[in-house]
Amino acid sequence: MSGLLDDAALRLRSNPGAMCAMFVVVGLVALALFGPWFNPNGSETLDWLHVASQPALQSAHWFGTDRLGRDLFARTLEGARVSLAVGAVASAVSLAVGIGYGAVAGYVGGRTDHVMMRVIEILSGLPLIFFVIFLTVIFGRSEYLLFLSIGAVGWLTMARIVRGQTLSIRRREFIEAAVASGAGTARIIVKHVIPNVIGPVVVYATLTVPQIIMFESFLSFLGLGIQEPHASLGTLIAEGAGEMEAAPWILLVPGGFLAVLLLALNIFGDGLRDALDVKER
Amino acid sequence: MPLPVVAVNAGVGTNAGDSANDVLLRVADLRVEFGARAVLRDVTFDLHAGETLGLVGESGSGKSTLARAILRLIRSSKGSVLWRGQDLLACEPAALRPLRRDLQIVFQDPLASLDPRMTVGEIIAEPLRIFEPALNAQARSDRVGEMLERVGLAADMIGRYPHEFSGGQCQRIGIARAMILGPKLLICDEPVSSLDVSIQGQIVNLLLDLQRDVGTSMLFISHNLAVVRHISHRILVMYSGRVVEIASRDALFAAPVHPYTRALLAAVAVMPPPRGAAGPARAPLTGGPPIAGAPRRAEPAASPAAADFGCAFRDRCAYAVGICGTTVRLEEIAAGHWVACHRSQEFTASPLAPKD
Amino acid sequence: MAPILNIDDLTVSFPQPDRSIFAVRQVSLAVAARECVAIVGESGSGKTQIFMAAMGLLAGNAAAQGSVRFEGSEILGAPAPQLNGIRGSKLTMVFQDPMTSLTPHLKIGIQLAEVLVCHAGKSWSEARIAARRMLERVRVPDPARRLNQYPHELSGGLRQRVTIGMSLLCEPLLVIADEPTTALDVTVQAQIVDLLRAMREEVGMALVLISHDLGVVAGLADRILVMYAGRIVESADSAELFRGPRHPYTGALLKCIPTLSGPSLARLPTLPGQPPQPGDSVDGCAFAPRCPRAAERCRTERPLLREIEDGGARRVACHFPLSP
Repeated sequence: MSGLLDDAALRLRSNPGAMCAMFVVVGLVALALFGPWFNPNGSETLDWLHVASQPALQSAHWFGTDRLGRDLFARTLEGARVSLAVGAVASAVSLAVGIGYGAVAGYVGGRTDHVMMRVIEILSGLPLIFFVIFLTVIFGRSEYLLFLSIGAVGWLTMARIVRGQTLSIRRREFIEAAVASGAGTARIIVKHVIPNVIGPVVVYATLTVPQIIMFESFLSFLGLGIQEPHASLGTLIAEGAGEMEAAPWILLVPGGFLAVLLLALNIFGDGLRDALDVKER
Repeated sequence: MPLPVVAVNAGVGTNAGDSANDVLLRVADLRVEFGARAVLRDVTFDLHAGETLGLVGESGSGKSTLARAILRLIRSSKGSVLWRGQDLLACEPAALRPLRRDLQIVFQDPLASLDPRMTVGEIIAEPLRIFEPALNAQARSDRVGEMLERVGLAADMIGRYPHEFSGGQCQRIGIARAMILGPKLLICDEPVSSLDVSIQGQIVNLLLDLQRDVGTSMLFISHNLAVVRHISHRILVMYSGRVVEIASRDALFAAPVHPYTRALLAAVAVMPPPRGAAGPARAPLTGGPPIAGAPRRAEPAASPAAADFGCAFRDRCAYAVGICGTTVRLEEIAAGHWVACHRSQEFTASPLAPKD
Repeated sequence: MAPILNIDDLTVSFPQPDRSIFAVRQVSLAVAARECVAIVGESGSGKTQIFMAAMGLLAGNAAAQGSVRFEGSEILGAPAPQLNGIRGSKLTMVFQDPMTSLTPHLKIGIQLAEVLVCHAGKSWSEARIAARRMLERVRVPDPARRLNQYPHELSGGLRQRVTIGMSLLCEPLLVIADEPTTALDVTVQAQIVDLLRAMREEVGMALVLISHDLGVVAGLADRILVMYAGRIVESADSAELFRGPRHPYTGALLKCIPTLSGPSLARLPTLPGQPPQPGDSVDGCAFAPRCPRAAERCRTERPLLREIEDGGARRVACHFPLSP
């Protein structure tokens, strides 16, 4: 695979927008992970002296504080960590399940495919929010549940995409050659189908990360996800929305972070697609 | 003629299997349908151990479909493919897989038949992994290296990717993969059609060398009569999904009987330039009845009854008469020479006189 | 008589970050009125790129240098409006695969009529009548019905007749046919060669025939140019070339073509090695690595295309040409 990846890496490197976006993403992730070391304030420390204070570089709180006096910078970074974790884990889950499911459905075809796709259609028909609420009611609120429920929904589209890609390579000669060589179905799916559909899939995955983060933010905004005192970008934004008139920075700091993160992820994802998929330029 | 020895007369088109000759493959009444269209119909022939059977036809003849049907890469609706006595089409998939070890295929598009995400070494090693899983990595690598050298590539190319190679080299890789287990039958589906003329000879010679070393029988499919002529013992001509003539190589080229075979030979015969002779560049086309229209693909039948009857070639044939509308079968008109034509007896009587 | 097409010192390259890939190297040729010139070569020889450059159809990343004059005016690198004045009308092209050169979603009649409407200023109804007449001329059976069909409803041979008809609609001075028979069945190839010959006599246009198939070329060409690695290595009258090739590559190529007559061989004649790819750089003669006659001089000094006293107008680029 490295031969084709080298070509792709070269193309990616010559795309300034995508490279910029990639550095931004890496920068934000690094900030989220290592930022707290540079910030003496904890995210849960309540600073009664500086309640809802404005961002000021000279003060102890660079980005201000919220209604309870918690340092916004620290809160935002914690929120970012949570959101990124959710995005990464949920994407990974949907990738793993979606790829396997879609490849099998697409390659085996026939009635198996029929049944598998009907299952997906039924699941897609379920209203997402009710599904999550339902799970929350049964299992209580927990972050792991959040990851799972988002991943459990995200795999549907991934499976459809993988199935589509599989259908398009199923009749290609190297697959016929593998059958003629005596390879069994499992071997063909694992060794031939999946490596050849992974390109568009990886690209789609990078584009689903922002979608998932958005979705998580949405759920948290509605109160269904992360609970106090933990924060995610969504909860912070919800909080900030309430304080918009009096202390706009409480909204703008986490909101800005989220916006920049999503934008960078999207641009990078596009760049990755262009690099991996030569025909589509 | 210095080809590997199988007595030419031993070739038999259909039944009456001469048990003295090792019939490796017996195809009987094979039929393949794509929806309402019968793209292969009543295909029957034998292939003997050690022989090279050339399969000739134009587009729509079904020759590539036949290759895939024999290997059960596509589904047949009727008929049997007896491989050393066992019907490939009737057995369970699990029973079929071990047989694939001896039935290999080389495809027309060299690059497309190689998995772009695998290295050349992995591609060639795959049959070993499937059928000789006990081999350790070093042994496998050695066998692959050996095979690479055998097909004329350097062993150190083992880590490269298919797209780094030219068409001819990719075809060598495909041949290495097909031959690494020493199969008993190699089906070559237009193996040199997409290659340059100066390279075609290399690949054909390679196939001949490997065939001689390993003792493989070959089914060589091509639309290029000239290439087929040089390497086949017997030749099968197909038109619109049916077999129209089977004969030994010499008999076919010296005295073809079926009108389609004759038209095919006439169309090709004028192409190569007169070598060394002082022929004018603008020589008019000569030889054989003019052939109009295009090779026919099997059409979906207007009415099911009408489609299956009659000779598929009759709307282009210069000799078609009323009886050509009825079902035609392969008949043995001379030892080892089978023709599917109602008027074959007449043509055999005076084979070179075009009648109208 | 002045040549219709004059190509001088044409070089087509594709600049890459580290080097340039040369598809065509310093090719010069001329096509006179009513003449049929065949350009023969294998993959990587550059034969198609020459005429892509002439027609202004080069890929965006290609760089072309030299001169291409059509009817005396320079057209290499000319702006699109100037090219559009001659392309499709006076200078037309027939491509290899009619399935991809015809627009799949437009009926045949429209595609044919469009040529006349755009280039000859006819009205749609006049153009349709002319289109139908052209289909008759190119021997398409049942032309009225065919006009209303889509490309995929026609067989390969019929489609190619349509594209040939399209190229002749405006009575061109020069038709460039790029491998017109390669994608067709053998029995159909013969018909198309017949058709091209008949059209040449009826319409009287000059024809450039690009092919790798010497057999097809033999039936049509007045002159043949053999290309290897982006250069012309031999140029001769058609009959003379077949009677006695002078360049070792031409000789080997003729030997490599398997025949239907003569003794059948246990091994096919072949050339060792493979044709050089456009990206390979060469010192000396590009054919030297594969040439049985190569000497030290061939590896260091590139032979120039020069005339040989031969009776005909023969030129060869070889230090040690074959003897007649």
